[in-house]
Amino acid sequence: MTPVPPERHLLRAKDIVDARFREPLDVPALARAAYLSPAHFSREFRRAFGETPHRYLLTRRLERAAAMLRNTDRSVADICLTVGLRSVGSFTTSFKRVYGVSPIAYRAAHPPVERARVPTCVLQAYARPQSSSFREDSRAAHG
Amino acid sequence: MLKQLTHVQVWVHDQDEALAFYTEKLGMELREDVTVPEMGNFRWLSVGVPGQDDVAITLMAIPGPPVFDEETREQIQKLLATGASGGLFFSTEDAKKSYEELKSRGVEFTQEPTEQPYGIDAGFRDPSGNHFRMAQPRS
Repeated sequence: MTPVPPERHLLRAKDIVDARFREPLDVPALARAAYLSPAHFSREFRRAFGETPHRYLLTRRLERAAAMLRNTDRSVADICLTVGLRSVGSFTTSFKRVYGVSPIAYRAAHPPVERARVPTCVLQAYARPQSSSFREDSRAAHG
Repeated sequence: MLKQLTHVQVWVHDQDEALAFYTEKLGMELREDVTVPEMGNFRWLSVGVPGQDDVAITLMAIPGPPVFDEETREQIQKLLATGASGGLFFSTEDAKKSYEELKSRGVEFTQEPTEQPYGIDAGFRDPSGNHFRMAQPRS
């Protein structure tokens, strides 16, 4: 039988982020799903998908947070916890770094709109923010 | 002009494993299984959803030379394994019940049944990395 390529195990970890980002997931838990050590896992994940698992998880959470800011009137703290982040302070910092404005300012600038009738997985994938200004990028570039 | 769609193709990393998965786990039926010795044992393998006789899914092995050079073959393998090779969309009468049934058989789900404007849908993968969705349309 032809063995499955190693990337398939990394995909399983990526799928876990998509399905369970609301839970307190971290990189070691994802590494276990891919049968790799955390350090090796992060390297291989980046090689396969072009970004680290930490960043993939964070941007996935921020995308959902942005959607909830636009489409609900839930509080920032509530949204932060709902997307799997525990510190409102670091959530606000990450959010500003990615979207350029605070969560409150973002909400004010984006009133709810009628959404296209496509699966949530598609919306989530297309709306996930891209940013090259995460701290881990400079770290990765040096090591 | 074109009359109807008869087959859709998905790449699979191993045809035997795919056949077992599509028939035993997804509950599809075998439609065609023909091996051609003079074509390097090319195997035309297809399955289908019971009751939908006019559309089949061809489970295609990724060929090496002379069809694709080794580099191309490896690129397709990687696209498949990283989930970048596309997918298929199915309907179901009861998304939650189908989810429980398929999950109990070991199908790897990417999304649990979720309420959408158009109905309830869920996502899953085959062993190769192909992405599928099943939706219970809003009645």
